[in-house]
Amino acid sequence: MSLSRRQFLRGAAGAVATAAASVAEAAAPFAPRENKPLPPKAIGMLYDSTQCIGCKACVSACKDANGMPVEQPQALAGWNEGTWDTAEDLSGKTLNVIRVYQHGTMAEKDHEVNGYAFVKRHCLHCLDPSCVSVCPVSAMQKNPLTGVVTHDPDACIGCRYCVLGCPFNVPHYQFDEALGQISKCQFCQHLLQDNPLFTDNEAALAQAGTSATELWKNSRIPACCDVCPTGASLFGWVNDLQAEAERRMALKPGEMYDFPRGLLGGDRAPNTAPVGAYKPHIYGEKESGGTQVRYLTGVPHEKLGLPVLPNHSSAAVTEGVQHTLYKGMIAPIALLGGLVMLARRSIKGEEKGPHEEESSS
Amino acid sequence: MSAIIHRPLGGKIVTKPFLILGLFVLISAYFIIRRFLFGMGDVSNMNNGFPIGTWVVLDVVIGTAFGCGGFAMALLIYIFNRHTYHPLMRPALLGGVFGYTLGGLAVMVDLGRYWHAFHLLMPWYAQPNSVILEVGLCVMAYITVLWLEFWPAFLERMPLGFKRRFGLDKLQAFLKRYMYVLVALGVLLPTMHQSSLGTVLLILGHKLPPLWNTQWLPLLFLSSALAMGYGVVMLEATLVNRAFNTPSEVRLFARLSRVAAGLLIGFSVLRWADVMVRGQLDLAFAGDLNGNLFLLETVLFLAPVFILLSERRWSQRWQFLGAVCILAAGSLYRLDSYLITLQPGNGWTYFPSAPELLITIGIVCLEIMLYLLFIKTLPVLPGGTAKA
Ligand code: SF4
Ligand code: SF4
Ligand code: SF4
Repeated sequence: MSLSRRQFLRGAAGAVATAAASVAEAAAPFAPRENKPLPPKAIGMLYDSTQCIGCKACVSACKDANGMPVEQPQALAGWNEGTWDTAEDLSGKTLNVIRVYQHGTMAEKDHEVNGYAFVKRHCLHCLDPSCVSVCPVSAMQKNPLTGVVTHDPDACIGCRYCVLGCPFNVPHYQFDEALGQISKCQFCQHLLQDNPLFTDNEAALAQAGTSATELWKNSRIPACCDVCPTGASLFGWVNDLQAEAERRMALKPGEMYDFPRGLLGGDRAPNTAPVGAYKPHIYGEKESGGTQVRYLTGVPHEKLGLPVLPNHSSAAVTEGVQHTLYKGMIAPIALLGGLVMLARRSIKGEEKGPHEEESSS
Repeated sequence: MSAIIHRPLGGKIVTKPFLILGLFVLISAYFIIRRFLFGMGDVSNMNNGFPIGTWVVLDVVIGTAFGCGGFAMALLIYIFNRHTYHPLMRPALLGGVFGYTLGGLAVMVDLGRYWHAFHLLMPWYAQPNSVILEVGLCVMAYITVLWLEFWPAFLERMPLGFKRRFGLDKLQAFLKRYMYVLVALGVLLPTMHQSSLGTVLLILGHKLPPLWNTQWLPLLFLSSALAMGYGVVMLEATLVNRAFNTPSEVRLFARLSRVAAGLLIGFSVLRWADVMVRGQLDLAFAGDLNGNLFLLETVLFLAPVFILLSERRWSQRWQFLGAVCILAAGSLYRLDSYLITLQPGNGWTYFPSAPELLITIGIVCLEIMLYLLFIKTLPVLPGGTAKA
């Protein structure tokens, strides 16, 4: 008995191993879904870390434009009547933040060693957003026209899978509120009315699904780009921004250049300044299946909290698996049919026994 | 051929262990109230790097795997036609009823905007690509199926006159006639959501280390959930047998052991083959936390195989140990993939707070209390067989 069992075991283990290996050999069992294209009127942002002076005007403007509260560490809560905003990272109260990279003596800006650099953090408005893919109740949506990823707190159930799934850690839940909600940059969608890039009809279409309440009266472009004094944050069509980024990258570091401010192609006076020594990577172009934000940086992006990512979204991987398993619900329905048949036969067979099953109590 | 007779255990309900469990439930209730009054941050250490904490991972992901006894036994008894195991069905089902129902309760505590929870059921909100939606709907449907499958236990206990008066005897007949549909759903639904609990993790991408991040996650989660289902049935039965001196089912379990061992072998082989094919074997032996956790999981998954396939499987003590090992293995695997090895970056860390854990513990205690109450008052446990 024990011999035959051992033989059986060895044989079975061998067979399973071969089978598993050959199945796994067929590489990934499920093909990821295709990446998604750029929406027809995709708006975006170019952030040039070498031009950012860390003034945080964009942080404060973002708060005003979106009606977000001031945030400060406990220790400073009473200081200056609680008006001093010192957000350290994105949070339930902060949709946009400037963070500093510091190394060694911090002598030179945009140097990886003994230097420092700024980075701006907000939603990148992915082409294939994980947050949209995970959301069970369609609270996260990608606008089909502009590509802006919006959030609707009136639909949201607060499951926080968008927080978990976003590769850039952008959406944040307000854990300190009894009735907290998800906060994330929605590209100041409410500003699109009267925006020079859109007709009124398009603006109405583009605003569908937005929940931003406060209207930023004086501006027509995202608040952070509007107030940026150097043009480090620049608003425009994604394709134009990509071309602008490539143009800057082609220049010689230190060369003087007219940096557009506010809106790319707008009529503001440019900011003439030396071109930065860019790392040869336009971040946001391909990351996670592509986004609508571009980063130019002087230190490697992973040092700035912008993770190294594959060229496809994990939404594409998940949906590839899910769509294979549940294609037209054929597999589950067939399985159910089989199970019903088997269960029925099994129960019938059992009842044929001489005794009816009856419990006494 | 013999028919099974289920009997209520009887005995005192309010015992000392019962009161101690009750105390934990009260503590938990206190913190749950605080969570609703002051927000989740008041009781929990969850943060925006680790937005999913012990409530979901322990009570739902691991809790429902513990609740897979009913699923695992139904598969064996009704689908593979192994009626010898029938005496184990109803206790297993009851474990499932509470494992899942209280997992649902934990979700309500965990949802940040719980007053919108019904949106999950409204088709116009549905987002068909969402794995979470599938899990949510599927679990809700399964909870319903579990209660319906268990309903006969209530009906058998009711006086005939009472049943006649309210037409419940017809319901009983109806349930009996269509039980096979419920049984089929009771196998299909957990197959779907237990595998999807693995699919959920795929969205994590770079945040989940390669030893855990694989497209085989759905199959790995499903097979380990089934193994845990058999483990939990063995554990429950042994505990009940010891505590209440009911007839022992050692012989039945000795056979069941083989099924469980097969699943564990399948799981481990697939896991290692996949890691090897992806060329990530060196990570397993890197000697760091992740590598060691991976090895520890493997040891826990394979240790019960040796127990369950050796002559030791005839001893209740070893069976018990084997069952504990299976459950530990499956739980650690889930804990690792959902929390411990997660790397959200930007300096985020997470360790559950005491109130947060107390809420989780209280929910488990409530589960045990209800289980005890039910087996004492309802015909759940097999009370001997009537010979043909
Ligand atoms: S960056 Fe995150 S929140 Fe923004 S669209 Fe992409 S996945 Fe969604
Ligand atoms: S927290 Fe809200 S927006 Fe995010 S996935 Fe859940 S329901 Fe959707
Ligand atoms: S686009 Fe608007 S919401 Fe987004 S970071 Fe800029 S100011 Fe804030």
